[in-house]
Amino acid sequence: MLRELKEGLAAGASAEEVVSAIFEKIKRSRLNAYNCLSEESALERAKNFDKKPWGGLLAGVPIAIKSSISTKGIETNCSSRILSGYIPPYDAHVIERLKEEGAIIIGKTNMDEFAMGTSTETSCLGPTRNPWDTDRVPGGSSGGSAAAVAAGEAPAALGSDTGGSIRCPASFCGIVGIKPTYGLVSRYGLVSYANSLEQIGPLALTVEDAALVLDVIAGHDPRDSTSAEQDRVFLPHTERYLPSLTNGVKGLTLGVPEEYFGEGVDPEVEKAVWDAISKLEDLGAAWKMVSLPHTKYALAAYYIIAMSEASSNLARFDGLRYGLRLGADQDWHTTFSEIRAAGFGPEVKRRILLGTYALSAGYYGRYYLKALKVRTLIKEDFERALSAGGADLLVTPTMPFPAFKIGERIEDPLSLYMADVFTVPINLAGVPAISVPCGFAGGLPIGLQIIGRHFDEASILRAAKAYEDATPYHEAVPKEVV
Amino acid sequence: MAEKDVIIGLEVHVQLNRLRSKLFCGCSTDYHASDPNTHTCPVCLGLPGTLPVVNRRAVEYAIRVALALNCDIQGETLFYRKNYYYPDLPKAFQITQYDFPLGLGGSILIKGEDGEEKKIRITRVHMEEDPGRLVHAGTIDRAKYSMVDYNRCGMSLLEVVTEPDLRSPKEARSFLDKLRNILEYLDVFDGDLEGAMRIDSNISLTGGERAEVKNISSHKGVEKALAYEITRQRSARRRGVAQVQETRHYDELRGITVSIRTKEEAHDYRYFPEPDLVPMRIADWVPKVEAELPELPDAKRERFVAQYAIADDHARSLTSEIRVANFYEVVAKRAPPRLAAVWIADVLKGELNYRDVTIDRFSSHQMVEILDMIEKGKITEKAAVEVIRTILDHSGDPSVVDPVAVVEAKGLARAEDDAVKAAVRAAVEESAQAVADYRAGNEKAINFIVGVVMKKTRGRADPGEANRLVKEALDGI
Amino acid sequence: MITGEDVDHISWLASIKVSEEERSAFVASFNSVLDYFHQLDELETEDVEPTYRVVDLTNVFREDVVKESISQEESLRNAPRTENGYFKSPRIV
Ligand SMILES: [Mg+2]
Ligand SMILES: [Zn+2]
Repeated sequence: MLRELKEGLAAGASAEEVVSAIFEKIKRSRLNAYNCLSEESALERAKNFDKKPWGGLLAGVPIAIKSSISTKGIETNCSSRILSGYIPPYDAHVIERLKEEGAIIIGKTNMDEFAMGTSTETSCLGPTRNPWDTDRVPGGSSGGSAAAVAAGEAPAALGSDTGGSIRCPASFCGIVGIKPTYGLVSRYGLVSYANSLEQIGPLALTVEDAALVLDVIAGHDPRDSTSAEQDRVFLPHTERYLPSLTNGVKGLTLGVPEEYFGEGVDPEVEKAVWDAISKLEDLGAAWKMVSLPHTKYALAAYYIIAMSEASSNLARFDGLRYGLRLGADQDWHTTFSEIRAAGFGPEVKRRILLGTYALSAGYYGRYYLKALKVRTLIKEDFERALSAGGADLLVTPTMPFPAFKIGERIEDPLSLYMADVFTVPINLAGVPAISVPCGFAGGLPIGLQIIGRHFDEASILRAAKAYEDATPYHEAVPKEVV
Repeated sequence: MAEKDVIIGLEVHVQLNRLRSKLFCGCSTDYHASDPNTHTCPVCLGLPGTLPVVNRRAVEYAIRVALALNCDIQGETLFYRKNYYYPDLPKAFQITQYDFPLGLGGSILIKGEDGEEKKIRITRVHMEEDPGRLVHAGTIDRAKYSMVDYNRCGMSLLEVVTEPDLRSPKEARSFLDKLRNILEYLDVFDGDLEGAMRIDSNISLTGGERAEVKNISSHKGVEKALAYEITRQRSARRRGVAQVQETRHYDELRGITVSIRTKEEAHDYRYFPEPDLVPMRIADWVPKVEAELPELPDAKRERFVAQYAIADDHARSLTSEIRVANFYEVVAKRAPPRLAAVWIADVLKGELNYRDVTIDRFSSHQMVEILDMIEKGKITEKAAVEVIRTILDHSGDPSVVDPVAVVEAKGLARAEDDAVKAAVRAAVEESAQAVADYRAGNEKAINFIVGVVMKKTRGRADPGEANRLVKEALDGI
Repeated sequence: MITGEDVDHISWLASIKVSEEERSAFVASFNSVLDYFHQLDELETEDVEPTYRVVDLTNVFREDVVKESISQEESLRNAPRTENGYFKSPRIV
């Protein structure tokens, strides 16, 4: 775990040994959690650390990075053929922050191509496998990051969450994942899928580890115009998240949204979440039922917005400045069209084409604008439920069911989209949420989602930590860990 | 000549090239003498993951321009994405404005074909980023491939769109001259830099479809391209070929326009608000910018007429370029303003235009000295022109700077009275035949003798004065 | 209903060539997804303002300060085809 590792390194343990052991493990692994390793630079940095240790919140600690986050000198391919071989000349803001705090980047993790998926099956480099059952998906799109952390192939990792892409794999792999408030973490360097929805966040084994990484990456960045001002980032009662973990749940009121239970939810998942609510009540929290009446419209609104933005964001991949270029050039339109046809996988094409349609003349009002209006209704649902006098936090299942089998849903896009039903509303509203392990169904992990007010990550973390301290689920180790 | 059936509207792209950095990134705008792709960064190359941040001063400059063009400024304005593919557009969308542009409904006054003031309506003024530059291996329609330089990519542009109020290529040219003039007054623009102003024009004949002519990069080019296009459309009409709505590319070298979209591809730019930027609330900012606006050409012209009692035409000419106007005002403080107006507007500007150089080649001090010599009768007007030409033709030569020295070196000083009188005496003596003719009643014979005097004084004598002295000499004998 | 022609038009706009096989598969899957999207029609949203972004920020600017660019070599490093310091583009017409 990150904290123990950090303390060990501070006490004189060898970073080189730690990093080498991780690379050993990765190479033996059958999970396909990484799509690119930075072994040479990581080992060199580890050796330097051992020679002359530096300080920082993550001094000498190895970290894995989702392949959609730009790393200077390390291939950043978003698990897409069209970006294979692309090496950014710059670091994302979060990478700069990690390096400033002394971390060591060990590699880039596998993901659904351009983060478009819920299973990490759409990667051009093959699916990542779930360490709890290698026939199953790890969730997505940050499936490589989640599987790596769950299997001990990285002490912690960064992912990105556009509609659940951190929380879903955290839930499926039995670890902790945070989707921060929109604007808390700079998106500078995150390859855009749907700009108005996504945030970078941590995946880790414990709430404390996740809070530590969030402490490092949260904060204002002038290169991201949607980045919150520094005085909004941390609420007045906390300068950083780590110290606020010990406050317990006494005095907090939890809201339980009625729409997140019932039809379509696996009964074992439902039971585990109710058990968790009881546990939190035992620990001193109050709870009440609340309603988020527009929940059933969230998926449609989410997919329209995400596909529309994606169609524009992914237009730049044409083989001219970077990425795939094929055969002899013809006229530019033919050349670009063929490169894009060959470079994108079917799900990415589907989303780009549908998004193009949704924005095109005559359809903008029916799809994109309509979805943005529904977004308003969904955002207002959350504002009402989380208003003063209402609930402080909302508690729901992260996913309606545990990890499914590889290949089980991939042929039917709509059934795959349905899996995101409890995660996408959070991105539409821009509020923060965490997924923490809350039990098992048939040996597969179940995730509890705790949702908070804008920029109130501290309350989410404090509830999650109290719950974690009172339960054993985070200590379970998947069988695939070698 | 105004042609009643010609309808022209312009879309002018103006680079705010007095800014130091680009619109959305910190790359320097000073790329004109640089190698390709050296003024580029992850942001303006559109690398995955990069985000734009708006240059505050670009917005301020844009407000300045919109105000100067008499637009209504929108209190809240924002950026959109305009999605289309082209190799010069690294993100495959241009960040531009769509609904809620910065300025709406302005106007510019130009001198129309009939010599009267004419108001050209401006539909809108909006901000956007410049694409990169394409270099074709040969001409656009025949090149086997093209090369892309993104140094220009991300420069701050203003797009100024006019109503179809222009009736001739010449009016289009006057509009652009006036626009450039205003932009230079505002200190946001240097029109001398390559690519500073690029023009797309919509042109049609009454009753016909319009052609959009793109890629015109100079004011002279506009006149030529539009004249070519009018002729082309007229002759097509005569042959019974209907003009279709199309995009044409102006080939500056060949002086022709060529159709660049054969099949009719409907544009569908799929505009939507740029999610990586936030709205700009500028209502409170506008009055401050307005208070700091400099005097604009029309106001300056009126003031010159009132303050210096000069002719309106002279004032118009002097204010048609900020540098000339400033030059005039410095000179007018130290020399008679009306004399200065005549010499700067009628003579100096003509000599500059002839040489295609700017007024920076001439100093106000030189002008004041020349005017002083004219006023004191030390040189003739002809000699004064000679001094101006000599200085301009020896630009950069430190020995040809001081007008007084030029007069001396070239012996251009007005001849002293004694010298003229001596020349008159000698001329009369030498011109026996002319003297006889004069005496015989042929008054015109005197011109021959005056000519001899001028020759002897190498033009330094005043012709009127020489005439008087010759007449005196002849009549006195 | 989306037709094969619609798919062709979208494919042209999106600059992604679609094969015959893909074309018919897309027609089917697009129609089922769009059908699902149409459930939003149930909601009356006439008077609802759209939410373009969830941050309430306005007027985020940078100052007009020059920052160092990256080198030509760095700019071109990832480009598959270059010539004399330029990116090499397919022909325009
Ligand atoms: Mg434009
Ligand atoms: Zn740049």
